[in-house]
Amino acid sequence: MAQSTQSDNSLNSAEFTDNIDGREKVGKVFEILFLIGLLVGLFVLALMLLNIGHDGLSSLFRPGFLTETPSRFPERGGIRPAIFGSVILGLIVILVAVPIGVGAALYLEEYAPKKWWTAFIEINISNLAGVPSIVYGLLGLGVFNYLLGFGATLISGALTLALLSLPVIIVTAREAIRSVPDSLRNASYGLGTTKWQTIQNHVLPYAIPGILTGVIISVSRALGDAASLVVIGAVSFLTFDPGLFQRFMALPIQIFSYITRPEPGFANVAAASILVLLFVIFALNGVAIYIRQHFTIAK
Amino acid sequence: MTAQSTNFQEFENPVFTAEGVKVYYSGFLALLDVYLQIPKNQIIAFIGPSGCGKSTLLRCYNRMNDLIPGAKVEGILNYHNVNIYDPSINSVKLRRQVGMVFQRPNPFPKSIYENITYAPKANGYKGNLDQLVEESLRKAAIWNEVKDKLKEKGTALSGGQQQRLCIARAIAMKPDVLLMDEPCSALDPISTRQVEELCLQLKGQYTIIMVTHNMQQATRVADWTAFFNTFQDESGKRRGKLVEFSPTEKLFNDPTTKEAADYISGRFG
Repeated sequence: MAQSTQSDNSLNSAEFTDNIDGREKVGKVFEILFLIGLLVGLFVLALMLLNIGHDGLSSLFRPGFLTETPSRFPERGGIRPAIFGSVILGLIVILVAVPIGVGAALYLEEYAPKKWWTAFIEINISNLAGVPSIVYGLLGLGVFNYLLGFGATLISGALTLALLSLPVIIVTAREAIRSVPDSLRNASYGLGTTKWQTIQNHVLPYAIPGILTGVIISVSRALGDAASLVVIGAVSFLTFDPGLFQRFMALPIQIFSYITRPEPGFANVAAASILVLLFVIFALNGVAIYIRQHFTIAK
Repeated sequence: MTAQSTNFQEFENPVFTAEGVKVYYSGFLALLDVYLQIPKNQIIAFIGPSGCGKSTLLRCYNRMNDLIPGAKVEGILNYHNVNIYDPSINSVKLRRQVGMVFQRPNPFPKSIYENITYAPKANGYKGNLDQLVEESLRKAAIWNEVKDKLKEKGTALSGGQQQRLCIARAIAMKPDVLLMDEPCSALDPISTRQVEELCLQLKGQYTIIMVTHNMQQATRVADWTAFFNTFQDESGKRRGKLVEFSPTEKLFNDPTTKEAADYISGRFG
């Protein structure tokens, strides 16, 4: 099949060593390598979920685990203040970081001239995305806890996590805005409309799916972050749902505090808390993915 | 006025008068002093090889060059006796009167209805939008094809229909001039013929300036044709210039310049 030297229409086959079987084999090898990559990832994830589920499911469904305040005993009490804290943290992060991040990205892409200093800012924002979260925690401690005098409260933690989310939101929003075809902008400008009308009606709707991908990634990272909140001073024991200017709990802190306890049983409630944290992140992502689908179909 | 190109024509009440228009891209002089008047309610074709500056000049008429980083225009370009490159002129207002149709059809990824109404709404149109949509689509000869699916996406139409939708969208702004940048280069022959017929229907009401690579198209639709060419200056850099502006029939049958004669007969480069 590869070498049909006899037929008339392959008179020039002497000029080629086409080796089709060999080339197809190389392609197959790569396909299998990529499949292995996928399976390794899935296997590790499945193992983790199975392990956590095995340890945590019984505690998760214990009455009161989701609705009561913590207890000294693993078989009593619940993680309600931590759930409450994480949900409020997530909402504030979205409310604060998304408008600021998308605004910054719009300014850099649509308004700022393409000069050396915009390139410099771009590199620095990308670098910020790689800064460890404990460093953001120290920044938040200095600015929100001390300078602004909020102390170790929910609002300090939320604003710190918002700072942590900003670089990724800006970088992905810029990519999304840059991927909007210029033909769309030209069409709008060519009809006698202003820059803001063009951005509002064409650039943003087109870019929203990409922007939301960044929001999902960064808010998930913020919600799962413990290090920065340790520095800010989140606590592991509360008997009430905190207000914005009160001491607060969060799920990653709760998990951290459970797994550091030596008594048996705390490993199980830690696993159950992890399941709850995963669920909270999935739920937030679900909303974002729903909005993203809505706008993708609109294209 | 100094007339630099051959056959400089003066018209009564010209729509545009270019007096020594030069265009630079990042400091590079891409188009040499253009002296050109555009007559009212006619179709004017710009022809010439790639890089001759015909699209560059077209984008001067509605200041779309402003959007290209590094582009700079010098000289005077009068639109009804007002220099549109005067700092006091707002390009948004100019573009409302000088509409543009692009090389590739670029309808908005919104409904056909919204494609038409977007710009009038953005400009505070006070009339009846439904009427405006019907009128614009009728003028663009696409009403019968889309009247039952105004809520569907403009991007779901065929290429030729998309381009006529883009023309309808430009007409909805009730412009004075329509600029067309190779409007048929992405279309099949049937759609091309439809767009050409449309241009001929529209020319009584609008001044149409059309860049085209297709010389037959220029002979079919244009009343006047401007021939642009590239040339090498002393330093070996290629730049564009306006060579000849004549009635289309004259340019194609009895061109004044040898360059135009060579280009038209295919003895070129």
